[in-house]
Amino acid sequence: MATLTSEPKEFTVAKAGTTTSVSGSRLFNRVCIGVMIAFSIIWLIPLFWAIDTAFKPNSETAKLPVTWWIDNPTWSSFASIFRQGDIWHWYASSFITSALIVVLTVVTASMAAFALSRLRFRFQGAILGFILLGLLIPIQVLIVPLFREVGGMGLLNTYWAVILPQVPTAIAVFVFKQFFDGLPKELEEAARMDGASTWWIYRGLAMPLTKPAIAAVAIFTFIWSWNNLLWPLLVLSNPKLMTIPVGLATVQGNFGIRYADTMAAALLGALPLIALFLFFQRQIVEGVAGTGLKG
Amino acid sequence: MTATTYVPRPAEAASADLSRTGRRGRRDDTRPGLAFLAPFLILYVLFVIGPALYGLVMSFFDTSLVKSGLGTFAGFSNYAEAFKSSDFWSSMWHTVWFTILTTPPLVILSFIFAVLAERATHGKWFFRLAFFAPYILPSATMALIWIWLYTPGLGLASAVVQKLGITSPQWLGDPNWAMWSIAAATVWWTLGFNFVLYLAGLQEIPRELYESSSLDGATPWQQMRSITIPLLSRTTTLVIVLQVIALLKVFDQMYIMTSGGPNFSTRPALEYIYDIGFTDYRVGYGAAASTVYFVLLLIVSAIWFIQTRRAERST
Repeated sequence: MATLTSEPKEFTVAKAGTTTSVSGSRLFNRVCIGVMIAFSIIWLIPLFWAIDTAFKPNSETAKLPVTWWIDNPTWSSFASIFRQGDIWHWYASSFITSALIVVLTVVTASMAAFALSRLRFRFQGAILGFILLGLLIPIQVLIVPLFREVGGMGLLNTYWAVILPQVPTAIAVFVFKQFFDGLPKELEEAARMDGASTWWIYRGLAMPLTKPAIAAVAIFTFIWSWNNLLWPLLVLSNPKLMTIPVGLATVQGNFGIRYADTMAAALLGALPLIALFLFFQRQIVEGVAGTGLKG
Repeated sequence: MTATTYVPRPAEAASADLSRTGRRGRRDDTRPGLAFLAPFLILYVLFVIGPALYGLVMSFFDTSLVKSGLGTFAGFSNYAEAFKSSDFWSSMWHTVWFTILTTPPLVILSFIFAVLAERATHGKWFFRLAFFAPYILPSATMALIWIWLYTPGLGLASAVVQKLGITSPQWLGDPNWAMWSIAAATVWWTLGFNFVLYLAGLQEIPRELYESSSLDGATPWQQMRSITIPLLSRTTTLVIVLQVIALLKVFDQMYIMTSGGPNFSTRPALEYIYDIGFTDYRVGYGAAASTVYFVLLLIVSAIWFIQTRRAERST
């Protein structure tokens, strides 16, 4: 850029370190932001349309012309989903399985990462490589043998069938290991001088310093396990045990043309995650940006 | 644990393996190490490595889901059947075609949106919310919303298209349209993830580069070409590879929106395996198809692994 001949122009250097704004570039900025606002609104339309539909009476959703206007807004679709009752079972299943997956993943993965990062013993490198292999093996290609194995253990149609195969995720170990690797050695050494046990160094020293990693792993594990469809679909056939995605996928046919009910169920299924997102927006976004976590 | 040092020397104390030399100058972490690793490793062997090996063995047998045991030895016949099966290859192609359709818009649009959003001094949270919120939705919710949008006649998509004076296609019912419709819904669903990665990448570009180049009279377009795009190349590689790995595992959207139809025109590889194993009960053959599919994923994952190791080393 240095070769460009710079003609004299009136500059006003914007504070806050943004771009130098000549009146032309300010206009350009406005256009950019206008385009962005338009696209954001387009992006929100499907969600708003789902919400709009859910508040219509079922009869109004089948009326032409298609309109955003609701003649008789009503909660009745939500009420009927709750009354019909399956959704309570789905919520319970999703909460129980996701919460247990999160707890077991955080505990087992952080302990393994602690051993690999802060302890020194033989075959450490080999074990690390062995776990690295797991990054390459997605659960999706294991469904056939895994189903037989879990069936052989007599776990089909139990929460454990959903939970246990989703706990050992290699990526969680690596996220924790990266954090542990960054902790200063001096703290640990001082604790050892004072006679602290390895368990105490893990539980009392390393873990409290690793809160951002715990938050990232916990939130993402929760989102993934809450949203997982394929595996729970295979191992859960009892409607009382189904998780939200399995329930929504299997009953979608039963709603038929009751579009408002369908949308109400779809939104209720996503509600806990939407709440989680609004609550932890910063951590979720930083987690994505920092580690590139993706399901 | 090769050398045993009783006198910790300063140089060694400062070195990386300081934790090896403790109070007594010597520490063997084997027992705590294995104890800490055990819970993870047991689950990992039981539910990842075990099934992987079991599946590999099973792929050489005529194993049935409804009979116990491995069944009769089949040699390579399951693999031969998979390689000859046009259904298998068309489902593999659907997975690849879906990935080809969705990757370019997912990468290019998220890049453009991130660059544009970066120019806003206020209200960036709103853009983040708008683009990232769909990513949080369960696939089932996303699929139900789009089935409704795509409903012939009553759906919003049809209404919008008709307003433009075009007769609305059978979005999900026409084999020529179904894959495109699912691809569009998927772009809507997952774009936010890439958008956030790009926003983070943009944060790391020093402001001064833009300031000095615009003092030199560079236009926004020139800045884009010679500053933004080159400096984001690492983010772009990350985005593309993560995206491709995720897209190759596609199952949910097709399963819920079209059940792989119409006429199997949208059935992805995973649904083929699902059908073979759990509808036809031919788990031996299903395991062989999984292995072939796994090789495809492995190639892409290997690229990702090399990429991240290189990125780690350069930081």
